[in-house]
Amino acid sequence: MEYKLLIALLIPLLGTIGVMYKGDNENLREGISCVSSLLLLCVVGSIVPQVLGGKTLTLQMFTILPGVTVTLRADAMSMIFALVASSLWTIAVFYSMGYMRGLNEHAQTRFNACFALAIFGAIGVAFSDNLFTMYLFYEIVSICTYPLVAHHQDEEGYNGARKYIVYLTTTAKAFLLPAMILIYVLTGTLDFASNAHSGIFPAGVSNVLVTMLYIFCLFGFAKNGVMPFHHWLPGAMVAPTPVSALLHAVAVVKVGVFCTTRVMLYTFGTDTMHALNLGIPTAYFVSFTVLVASIIALSKDNLKARLAYSTVSQLSYIILGVALLTDPGIQGGLIHIVNHAFSKITLFFCAGAIYVATHKKYISEMEGLGKTMPFTFAAFGIASLSMIGAPPVAGFITKWNLLIGSVEAHQLGILLILIASTMLNAAYFAPITYKAFFGKRPEGEPFTGIKEAPLSMLIPILIACTISVLLGIFPNFMLQFVKAVTG
Amino acid sequence: MDQLLINSGFPILSVLIFLPLIGAIVLLFIKSESLCRNIALATTSVVGLLSIRLLFGFDTTTAKFQFVEHKSWIEAFNINYTLGVDGISILLILLTTFIMPFCVLASWSYIKTRVQAFMICLLIMETAMLGVFVALDFVLFYVLWEAMLIPMYMLIGIWGGPRKIYASIKFFLYTLAGSILLLVGIIWLYTVNDHSFFIPDMMWKDYALSSQVYLFIAFFLAFAIKVPMFPFHTWLPAAHVEAPTAGSVILASVLLKMGTYGFLRFALPITPEATVLLMPYVLWLSIAGIIYGGFTALAQSDMKKLIAYSSVGHMGFVTLGIFVLNIDGVKGAILQMINHGITTGALFLCVGMIYERTHSRELRSATGIGKYMPIYITFLAFFSLSSFGFPGTNSFVGEFMILAGAFEFSTSQNNFPYLALAAIPGAVLAAAYMLRMLQKIIWGGTDNPDQSWLSDINTREIVTLAPFLFFVFWIGLGPQPFLDLIHTSVYELLQHFDIHHGQAVAAAGSILH
Repeated sequence: MEYKLLIALLIPLLGTIGVMYKGDNENLREGISCVSSLLLLCVVGSIVPQVLGGKTLTLQMFTILPGVTVTLRADAMSMIFALVASSLWTIAVFYSMGYMRGLNEHAQTRFNACFALAIFGAIGVAFSDNLFTMYLFYEIVSICTYPLVAHHQDEEGYNGARKYIVYLTTTAKAFLLPAMILIYVLTGTLDFASNAHSGIFPAGVSNVLVTMLYIFCLFGFAKNGVMPFHHWLPGAMVAPTPVSALLHAVAVVKVGVFCTTRVMLYTFGTDTMHALNLGIPTAYFVSFTVLVASIIALSKDNLKARLAYSTVSQLSYIILGVALLTDPGIQGGLIHIVNHAFSKITLFFCAGAIYVATHKKYISEMEGLGKTMPFTFAAFGIASLSMIGAPPVAGFITKWNLLIGSVEAHQLGILLILIASTMLNAAYFAPITYKAFFGKRPEGEPFTGIKEAPLSMLIPILIACTISVLLGIFPNFMLQFVKAVTG
Repeated sequence: MDQLLINSGFPILSVLIFLPLIGAIVLLFIKSESLCRNIALATTSVVGLLSIRLLFGFDTTTAKFQFVEHKSWIEAFNINYTLGVDGISILLILLTTFIMPFCVLASWSYIKTRVQAFMICLLIMETAMLGVFVALDFVLFYVLWEAMLIPMYMLIGIWGGPRKIYASIKFFLYTLAGSILLLVGIIWLYTVNDHSFFIPDMMWKDYALSSQVYLFIAFFLAFAIKVPMFPFHTWLPAAHVEAPTAGSVILASVLLKMGTYGFLRFALPITPEATVLLMPYVLWLSIAGIIYGGFTALAQSDMKKLIAYSSVGHMGFVTLGIFVLNIDGVKGAILQMINHGITTGALFLCVGMIYERTHSRELRSATGIGKYMPIYITFLAFFSLSSFGFPGTNSFVGEFMILAGAFEFSTSQNNFPYLALAAIPGAVLAAAYMLRMLQKIIWGGTDNPDQSWLSDINTREIVTLAPFLFFVFWIGLGPQPFLDLIHTSVYELLQHFDIHHGQAVAAAGSILH
């Protein structure tokens, strides 16, 4: 069964090659993207029963040095991310067809190829069995998404893309590389532990070094958007909306938080983190990001910028939850990888649909649009509820677990921060939907020519939105995985 | 003589050394340019294929010299013709024989004047370089060491760019200045070793510490200039910029390795106590080179200069690995020598291919060619990624091992790893200057020159680059066969330090912190 991991990894890679090879035939090229994404979803889905049955699949591919290998692993935690990435790729492929054709974008072959390569990297990260494999795919994601961010090839695009690549490669080289090598020197291996508690550090390793390594890992995976290394994310919003949606709400940022939490749980382990008292300080540290990013989001009128800062804020929920080191906290954090992904991709898809239909980017220009684009704004409203954490949408499950987690950890401060951030979320999301439906179009700007977005975009939006709701009503399917992680 | 092992009667090393020389002599009588090219290609290819023979029969379980040949040469001074290979030199020999056919290929249409003389220089160069790596007699070594200078001087001085005379003389004088002291050192060793020039006899002797220090300084100057270590590097960018592509490739891939090879072959075994004593200074000089090379490369607008300065940084990693004196560091350093040879050699080939088209080495005249030369760009991208140590490529493995060695150096003595952490900015800078170059060449900006007339690389050029890419990934994903070749020799080398100088290493470590 282990070979399935390799197949899952190869599908997006072969998809890339196919897309490049058939680049001149638009329909065939996008057909290849669609088929690869569906195939990937099937293969990842077929691994689910085995993992839920308690099995861990591993497949060793290359040995670099003793203890440093390229090895794939599918366990409960990797399935969380693999399922998210593969299912959202499928939705995003259909959406981007509508978007890119709708706007008549240039260089669509390059776009599709890099898109598939980024998924290749994300699936690789999800299935990594050790820090080296994770680093390898993490860097592949960084490099392959550069062309997507720079897609428009104008001044703004190049500047955003430069900031993007500088932040991500610098932090990875400056923090992750030494951390990885020092972990290897101290422990003789880079493999992850088999459970989330024990970690890999033997007794007698200097506490100072382990603490330093922990801090390096937290900052090294800068894709997690933790301040002060979050600036690349708003900068990368110059990319076409499907890219922002899939990569900057799902694949890239989730690669960041997935790596961070994976290393926290499977390299350091909850025992070491308890012993060195690393958890609660981390929770408070990322709380800063949660609150400040929300406040910045409040001040943004550009819809995509507001969504970007909302992402920065929500990503830190995931790390905060895991850093609480209580079972509900860890579960709430990890489940948010899924919940945030589906809700945020809905929001970005809506932003893209609004742009394609009206060419409007600013929230202040969207008043009253709800009457002409009811489905889009309804989906936006539902996904906003999820971001705020209201039942019955997916985000509620997260908030519920995080609140219990903070109580169990006896952290009143964290509890208050979570409540404050919920209010902030409501403050920057609720007005958008409210004004769209109940606001008035500005004087002299009639509705002429504005229609609901095309079906090719609307259907993916509604699917993503429906899944957000289903995840809230039937949370048990995904909760099985996170419960298997905490054991 | 118990350090020697004769695994076969066939004098493979002599054949490897003299075959290019015979080729050069044959070329003297050939007038046709295309025939000259073909003969040079055939000769270097045959040498390349023959050198694979070394892998069969090479015993990886011993640190002794193998494939040894021993003949008396000048009896009056006890000078012999002694050749041998061990784990430290075998990969360097294979690297040299691997590189040479591609140097000929890269000069196929690049060199248009005096083709015959050019090919002769290349072949003599190969003889001298191979000789340096296999010589076990100090006089033989020195003769070949100096002999390398002349064809290289001509390669730069005749077929070079606008400032070729300045560059070639600077190259010549720098290297010569370093090797004068080496000669003094050799003569001193001759007098104290019963009038023997046999290199293995000179190793691991208890010379007085003061003599060792003087000797080490002589070695150090000769080899540090060749590496080149900061601050002895200024000849390198000049030479690289002016040299023709093949010259740059030889310079980067092989000549720079002579210095680090010299450290491993001579400085460490002959002056071990001085090595341990002066190690901290060499280590911090390496760090300085890594950082300095990185910053300077970041500021270049000339592609060849950029890669030349990147070499200063990369070779800084190599010397860092050698002088931490532990198994990971030294093995990583040797592997990184090979990696640098492959990757930087390939990068110079890539730059040469652009130069042949645009007649400019300036980055800004090569911007935005990604759209028109997709195959070329694919190669360039992989070599650039390899150059800054992207995981999965060859340089990552070398860099990883060297830095692991640098961390072990500190943690084994319970010190905070300042040394390794100080080298990290170099890794960051490497990514910065390489990605900057790659971005400019592939994408450029909003005001790129018109590049639509450029033609993508042809089959000859693909054939030239493809083998390099093959090794980038082979060493990157499966380096064990390469590491197995060097392991025993490095292990034995370091055993000597552990037995006699363990305490000295600890003492030097405490100086460092």
